[in-house]
Amino acid sequence: MSIRGASGSGKSLLLRCLADLDPHQGRIYLNGAEHLSLTAPQWRCKVGLMPATPVWWYDTVGEHLERKHLPHLEALGFSSDVLSWNIERLSSGEQQRLALVRLLAHEPEVLLLDEPSANLDQSNTQQMETLVLSYLKQRQAVAVWVSHDAEQASRVAQQCFVFQQRHLLPQTL
Amino acid sequence: MIHLSFYDLLIAAALIALLATLSWHYRLGLTGQLIVASLRTLVQLLLVGLILKVLFETPNIWLLTLIACVMLAAASREVLARQKYPFKGWWGYGLSSGSMFISSFTVTLLALTVIIENQPWYSPQYAIPLLGMLLGNTMTGIALSLDRLSSDAYRQKNIIEQRLMLGQNSQTAIHHIKSDSLRAGLMPTINAMATAGLVSLPGMMTGQILAGSPPVEAVKYQILILFLITAGTGFGTLCAVSIASRHLFDERHRLRLDKLRR
Repeated sequence: MSIRGASGSGKSLLLRCLADLDPHQGRIYLNGAEHLSLTAPQWRCKVGLMPATPVWWYDTVGEHLERKHLPHLEALGFSSDVLSWNIERLSSGEQQRLALVRLLAHEPEVLLLDEPSANLDQSNTQQMETLVLSYLKQRQAVAVWVSHDAEQASRVAQQCFVFQQRHLLPQTL
Repeated sequence: MIHLSFYDLLIAAALIALLATLSWHYRLGLTGQLIVASLRTLVQLLLVGLILKVLFETPNIWLLTLIACVMLAAASREVLARQKYPFKGWWGYGLSSGSMFISSFTVTLLALTVIIENQPWYSPQYAIPLLGMLLGNTMTGIALSLDRLSSDAYRQKNIIEQRLMLGQNSQTAIHHIKSDSLRAGLMPTINAMATAGLVSLPGMMTGQILAGSPPVEAVKYQILILFLITAGTGFGTLCAVSIASRHLFDERHRLRLDKLRR
């Protein structure tokens, strides 16, 4: 499903609450199990959030990702020596694509994607969409995709919602 | 022992006055602080001297306990004041006083009853200086480490949360900051041990030698004190950082910086 809405309407906050990163009153269910029935780390392994601005704590890509993730990296257009690259020298678009691979490496059942293609050109956006959709199909997973782009929403989502006056309203695709 | 007269102290005070004048002349903005700190040293130490005089003449465990509690309260307040983002409410105060109580008081008690073995064990001549030195150093260690922990948690909020998003538990997500904080708290004490005798003569040993003690006895006491200080600071810092790093999160492993005063 995709979610759209004006800046500050609460899209990112909703994703953070779904990932149980902010205190909230709601109850979240995944395959019939409430989020409180799992520990928070277990929940976040199943429900993985990719923030709009990913952050890194080691110097190189290889310290965050392993060789077994190379197929995903190559699917996003990276060469095989990407693991030796220095994080500081990456563009924001490269960081965003790597953050997606890092998220998929944990094999979550739900992907919470906060504007994952905000810094990508058309070709990279297409590669990212293809990778996400093939992952969802392969793993029988679902994604909540926050995007400002209505065309992208129609390409990737089966359901579309929009934030209006603090309410999440369904929209026809 | 050579007794110091009022005029001897006046000469030392004149040096401070000269420094304050220079600070005023060059507009360093330190004059006020220098004068206030010097006056505080004068008044606080004279008062302690008078209290210790009474205490030494009539050793009383209850009076000793009262003094120890006042020292602990003052040290806890100081720990809180030295932090940029302390915990809100009584938590910050309780954390620092609890950690200092556990470490300093336990180590002092151990030293008095097992190592020094004076009769009675609470003899103020040993108990007060020992506790004072341990509290002073533990206070610095805990203040440095807690300040580092909360400041780094604040600055590296995004990194901690990104680690949480990838399924790490709270203590794994903040582990690198905990290590840095412990290092910051313990480094001054470890440096003091590493350079003792080489770069500087430690204060207590110097004081004992000036007061006429045989150098070898003074050295033995100084080694004992340095080991006790390191142990006390280490345990206190470890305790404070462990509790604080847990309190920075809630039961759902969410980073709760709203618990800090900004």
